[in-house]
Amino acid sequence: MTQRPPDAPAPPSDDARWKRIVATLRRLGHRPQSLIEGMHAVQNEFGYLEPAALRYLAELLVVPLAKVHGVATFYHHFTMRPPTRHTCVVCLGTVCHIKRGPAILAEIEKRYGVGAGATTADGSLSVVEARCIGACSLAPLVVLDGETIGPTTPEEVRERLDSCIAKTEGEPPRDA
Amino acid sequence: MTPEELRSRAAQVRSREAAYAESFRVCTAESCLSLGSRALLHAIEGELESRELAERCRVKPVGCLGLCAQGPLVAAELRRGHGAEERSHLLRTVRAEHAAALVDGLDGSFDPGLELPVDLPFFEKQLRIATENCGRIDPHELDDAIGAGAYEALLQALYEKTPADVLAEVERSGLRGRGGAGYPTGLKWRTVAKNTATPRYVVCNADEGDPGAFMDRGVLESDPHRVLEGMAIAAYAVGASAGYIYIRAEYTLAEQRLRRAISQAEGAGLLGKAIGATPFEFNVELRLGAGAYVCGEETALLTSIEGNRGQPRPRPPYPAEEGLFGKPTLINNVETFANVPPIVRRGGDWFASIGTGKSKGTKVFALAGKITNTGLVEVPMGTPLREIVFGLGGGIPDGAAFKAVQTGGPSGGCIPAAYLDSPVDYETLASLGSIMGSGGMVVMDEHTCMVDVAKFFLAFCRDESCGKCVPCRVGTVELHGLLERFSRGEAGVHDLSLLEELCDLVKSASLCGLGQSAPNPILSTLRHFGDEYRAHLEGRCPAGVCTMRREGSS
Repeated sequence: MTQRPPDAPAPPSDDARWKRIVATLRRLGHRPQSLIEGMHAVQNEFGYLEPAALRYLAELLVVPLAKVHGVATFYHHFTMRPPTRHTCVVCLGTVCHIKRGPAILAEIEKRYGVGAGATTADGSLSVVEARCIGACSLAPLVVLDGETIGPTTPEEVRERLDSCIAKTEGEPPRDA
Repeated sequence: MTPEELRSRAAQVRSREAAYAESFRVCTAESCLSLGSRALLHAIEGELESRELAERCRVKPVGCLGLCAQGPLVAAELRRGHGAEERSHLLRTVRAEHAAALVDGLDGSFDPGLELPVDLPFFEKQLRIATENCGRIDPHELDDAIGAGAYEALLQALYEKTPADVLAEVERSGLRGRGGAGYPTGLKWRTVAKNTATPRYVVCNADEGDPGAFMDRGVLESDPHRVLEGMAIAAYAVGASAGYIYIRAEYTLAEQRLRRAISQAEGAGLLGKAIGATPFEFNVELRLGAGAYVCGEETALLTSIEGNRGQPRPRPPYPAEEGLFGKPTLINNVETFANVPPIVRRGGDWFASIGTGKSKGTKVFALAGKITNTGLVEVPMGTPLREIVFGLGGGIPDGAAFKAVQTGGPSGGCIPAAYLDSPVDYETLASLGSIMGSGGMVVMDEHTCMVDVAKFFLAFCRDESCGKCVPCRVGTVELHGLLERFSRGEAGVHDLSLLEELCDLVKSASLCGLGQSAPNPILSTLRHFGDEYRAHLEGRCPAGVCTMRREGSS
């Protein structure tokens, strides 16, 4: 089943998370077409794709590093930055758009000085915009650290953010 | 599992079910879950346990009950006395703290504040085929699906029909692709089956990316086995032994339920090797999307499964001739596959008896926006738009006036009030400058600016353009820039003709559906709401959404 050559490269570190990633890649058979699945596996474990991980995938799956980089940057889901303590996804799909979702984004920007796609200077909060997560009955909505909140208001989002950021103040970022 | 074994298992499940006098079905689809239905489920279980009623009343997590706006939803089935008629109740906005009141209501008298009228048009006017088991079965349990008839059609096909029979049945049904374009499903299947190259693949497009669309999500979260069965039947008909489901990474819950369903079906011999104890083999793998809208386009999707950047390629050759890994590939949408088992079970003629001339069967729509009853509905093709928006949908909340309904996502258009009596089918929607699309219906009221809506969709297409062809990559940026001028009140009369000219160019010269249809939101709003564009030329936004740089005269 596995096409892994005998001199297959070793994972970038002996972090236990790599064991699970290696197992996934082995199940997929180390084929070049497993590249995206491999990236999902890495990002699931580490929260982002670090350069060493991309080099490892390139070597293991025998795919040019340039192509690996091309794929990693093509898809919005993949990120090459380490995760921050908190992530707030603001949905701006059609329904959220006409139900004043953009006002939520504006409120976050006013309060924290960061717009969509940016991270606060202290690294505590990332703001991400999404084009519809398919939960339109909850519009307008945000996904704060994985929890879907909606229908919501700019004020409620500000309060939720304030309280969850205050709770974890001083802690190191996740997975650092 | 042979057909006899399947039948006896189904009978067992049904008699187990019948042993309960009462049951609660709690919606555990995404929307209700995030409103707290998991805690509610546990609270009802605890309440029944403590009153020693767990033996007679079943609590079951189910998929989407449809009326998402009123979630968390609970359906209650009561059977008073032996052989008495079953009565259904639907309870809305139920919280965990209502668990005791719910159990109190088992005598047939629920808190009127929680109960929805049973004859609500939202439910009465539906005809459910693709979603017939959504909200009825536990999406985690294979047995529950089998009890509701899952895999019956597959084994019937394997034991009683040749692949050619199945194909003929699907052709006779008149089923057309539910992903948006409406290509005849039977014709697509036949093209793949005719091809002599092997191996062949069956791919399910579950990359539901249109904003405002959540039909496939509903089906996958509620009845994953239905989609697997449809794919397996298709594989039998076209001679494929491997398949992929390409699903959005954002749909975590649907993904988990699908993974579980695949391994359950494999374990029971209903998927994988020797299906139904016959030599037929069909293996399904999941592939996760990674947040690229263009991957909903079939050639981009296949390229993505191959591990590449999701960029489309010119057609022909069509995937049916040269698709995944260069092999003949059948690619259909989730809802299309979900319609297949009933067609095999009940016959193509039965399916073709529903709907209109060229649009057969039913269509699932996701109602959202400025509408009272947000949720999922399935209605016969040809149902008038007015019935969907004002009958099932309950009209516009807060006394606002209806302005338009947007169908087809970024590839579609906005249909104004004047056409509310049009039947919803592929041809009529196309003649109105919109498309059927995958089934998202976003209702807009007088507070929505149509120029702003067009701008929203162009921003979407600009961001999601894969960049391969120039008309789409540059055209969407330019179109968005032009609309920006309108919404700032800076546009002049010549911008209007420039807009039309550029729309025509992007539409005719783009490589794939994304670019070819990107101008549709502009063209349809220009056609039906030209006045609003002209008002913007005068520096006015009638809906008061756009912030004008210069004040209008009125």
